[in-house]
Amino acid sequence: MIDISQVMVTAGIVLAFALNGAVIFTILDVKGASWMQRRPGPLHVGLRGFIFPLAEIIKFFQKEDITPTNVDSAVFKWAPAYVLASVFGLFVVVPISPTLVGSDLDLGVFYLLAISSLSTLGVLTAGWSSANKYSLMGGIRAAGQLIAYELPLILAVVGVVIQAETMSLVGIVEKQIEFGLPFVLSGQGLAFLIFMIAATAEMMRVPFDMPIGESELVSGFLTEYSGVRFLIFYIAEYMNMFILCAVASTLFLGGYHVPLLPVEWVNFYGPVVLITKTVFLGFILVLVRWSFPRFREDQLQNLAWKVLIPLALLNILITSIMKVVF
Amino acid sequence: MWRACQKMDQREAVKMDDILNAGNIPYVSEASVSVEIETEDMTLNIGPQHPSTHGVLRLVAKVDGEKISSVEPVLGYMHRGYEKLAEVRTYPQITTLVNRIDWVSGFANEIPFIAATEKLMEIEAPERAKHIRLILTEMARIASHFVFNGAYALEIGALTPIFLAMEDRERILDLIESVTGGRFHPNFNRIGGIKPAAGAGPTTKKNIQDLPAGFYQETRDAMEKVLDAVERMEDLVGGNEVFKVRTKGVGIISKELAEEYGVSGPILRASGVKFDLRTQTDFLPYDQFEYEIPVGENGDCYDRWYVRLMEMKESAKIILQAIDSMPSGPLQTKVPKVIKVPKGQSYVRTENPKGEMGFYVISEGGLGPYRLKIRTPSFSNISILPVLLEDQLLPDLIAIMGSLDFVLGDVDR
Amino acid sequence: MKKFRPKLPGFLTGMKILLFNMIKTLSPLSPNPNVNYPFEKEIVAPRARGVIALDQDACTSCMLCARQCPDWCIYIEGHKELQPPAKPGGRQRSRAVLDRFDIDYALCMYCGICVEVCPFDALFWTPEYEYSEYNMGDMLHDKNRLDQWLNTVPEVEGLEN
Repeated sequence: MIDISQVMVTAGIVLAFALNGAVIFTILDVKGASWMQRRPGPLHVGLRGFIFPLAEIIKFFQKEDITPTNVDSAVFKWAPAYVLASVFGLFVVVPISPTLVGSDLDLGVFYLLAISSLSTLGVLTAGWSSANKYSLMGGIRAAGQLIAYELPLILAVVGVVIQAETMSLVGIVEKQIEFGLPFVLSGQGLAFLIFMIAATAEMMRVPFDMPIGESELVSGFLTEYSGVRFLIFYIAEYMNMFILCAVASTLFLGGYHVPLLPVEWVNFYGPVVLITKTVFLGFILVLVRWSFPRFREDQLQNLAWKVLIPLALLNILITSIMKVVF
Repeated sequence: MWRACQKMDQREAVKMDDILNAGNIPYVSEASVSVEIETEDMTLNIGPQHPSTHGVLRLVAKVDGEKISSVEPVLGYMHRGYEKLAEVRTYPQITTLVNRIDWVSGFANEIPFIAATEKLMEIEAPERAKHIRLILTEMARIASHFVFNGAYALEIGALTPIFLAMEDRERILDLIESVTGGRFHPNFNRIGGIKPAAGAGPTTKKNIQDLPAGFYQETRDAMEKVLDAVERMEDLVGGNEVFKVRTKGVGIISKELAEEYGVSGPILRASGVKFDLRTQTDFLPYDQFEYEIPVGENGDCYDRWYVRLMEMKESAKIILQAIDSMPSGPLQTKVPKVIKVPKGQSYVRTENPKGEMGFYVISEGGLGPYRLKIRTPSFSNISILPVLLEDQLLPDLIAIMGSLDFVLGDVDR
Repeated sequence: MKKFRPKLPGFLTGMKILLFNMIKTLSPLSPNPNVNYPFEKEIVAPRARGVIALDQDACTSCMLCARQCPDWCIYIEGHKELQPPAKPGGRQRSRAVLDRFDIDYALCMYCGICVEVCPFDALFWTPEYEYSEYNMGDMLHDKNRLDQWLNTVPEVEGLEN
């Protein structure tokens, strides 16, 4: 019997967690960018400018809802929903401590990878239904890119699953505690790199932001969206960034565990540790975003099919050999 | 903005079917795959308003998926009628207007006009004035190349270098402002020299507009920072593997193609032709200083970017040498109050940061020229676009257009 | 033998530069290149061309500035007044009195030709730049307003030798 009230409470907590994660990453991205460019960034909005995400959200809510005439109405209006739904689904399985998790599925990793592929549909339909050639080009580029980078993402995680002998995320963290070293140091370093690169491509951030391609396509598939619909895409992007960094720190960096602290209080320090590791990875992603130019579409595909997939397969081979031998 | 482009497209009668049938969209028909699918190229308007066309340039491109089949530039969105305006203005007034042709490098636009007029009047500026003109021209060159470096990185996708480049450029503009009074439009040249005094009255005549106190030290500091900035830009942008992969081998202009289409300036030098008008002019004393002329090898986008970066370094070296050897003397030779240029024609061309700029002045002895023809570098440089852009991908179009470094004020005048 | 100095691959150097930039911005030791505009004002060079000031008593409405302006943005109206003669029994002198001297800053190109050709020291450049208006008509500065700018004319600065 499903207890509706417990489901609602869990969903509420997950929602709050997701929004906070998006806000933290927005601040990291925008303020971090301004500091790297030797300027103060948003300054007059709140306390030294740090509450600007709130101002942005309010700003988007009060904008006019512009729907161009030639668009395919139903598809145009529902495209942001697909992206948001697929990102929300990821928050359920990530554990912030051994007992505090939305629902610890036995097929945790499999569920993660399957749900994250749904956003491709949202992006493609967003580009197609805006009756605009530039959006169309952005949408098609996005479809190619997202589908191409699914494979390195999956193959990189397969190495971790082989080493941990379980697909549940709590189980993977327990395995790392047993080993003593997080997986990135005990044999999955290459998989970690491949995962981060593929995750950056899945989020469509520079250096892989051809679909958005600011200086060419003025927002690509997002061009015709304004107001709340744009806000949904925007927040979904940062939530996606947060959750993929959280998944990476769970799978590779040891999740909520830190070697020297006592195990009884893990419910208290677990979330803090996980968020610290996530923010650290997010900071590296922000640094990469503001220092790299963007790849051209065919170079992007080259990178995925000719470089990352063979390396990921090599990683699986080595991991399975080591697993059998030891 | 996009609504306007959409209306233009609707007028060109492009329907949804066109889009469905264009290029590499996987459209599986009911018949088997062996049937020929008819496709038609999509007409894409890289419209007058676009983030990376440096102004209001319109390119009507026929695109097959991502590959471009043909490109036709449509100009004239920024035509301001300089040559017509010049017919009803006097020479000092035209000096003011001419600054605004290539608004990124302000001072360098006045030089060929003043040179042409001085040639007609057969007077020469004193040595000190020539040196100051040289210093300001080289500063304008550095300023223009800073804009190029920042904006080109922005078009390729790196979002940070433009902020760093603009910060460094502010120092140069402050220096120009402390001497001339204006950052972008200095209006400092006069026929016969540079601006001698702040006015013509009894006290303002004594307010000589020479180099202000502290200029030498500030310039030396600024040039050191320019050299640091060049090194940093080389590391941050040029060393990046993604940048190299995006620009090397893209948009190669061979020597013959460059000479055939009349491109000039850094583009020509990046294709391997060692041609710099600074060595051929006697109007400014370039022969007193030692500098190198950077020449590229392949003529691709990376070489064009690199040549401009190295030119900044050379300009900084020239300025440092010029400061150390500044002669003293008057700032302007004696010219009558009301300047009437004798009859004749003259054409002088000099090295603008964007290429070769020339002014052709026809004078009938009046207060202003009878006809003024301006040969701007960007107009000739973009004539190479239809040839160069065939069979390139759309992102490469952006990279190539950015590397040609044109400004619409220069193209349309 | 040449010492082998391992160089970081290109993109890591770029990331290092940005990281150091960020540390520089956050540390209170390095100077802040930004001017927090409405609260701090930018200090411009004394020669900067901000706005033109008029000394009414020196102007003889000779119209040289209005004629030489490339945009024709100076509007001058004046009349002649008769003055008592210098010596008793001499000729009556006349003096030009300025009625109207407007500069339209919406048209002005800030070229400085008017300041340069004035033979009577009546026009001066000042580096003041904060005179934006909400209404285009307010950009026409009349005689009295131009007089007020005289307070902001800087001293003649020293020159490099």
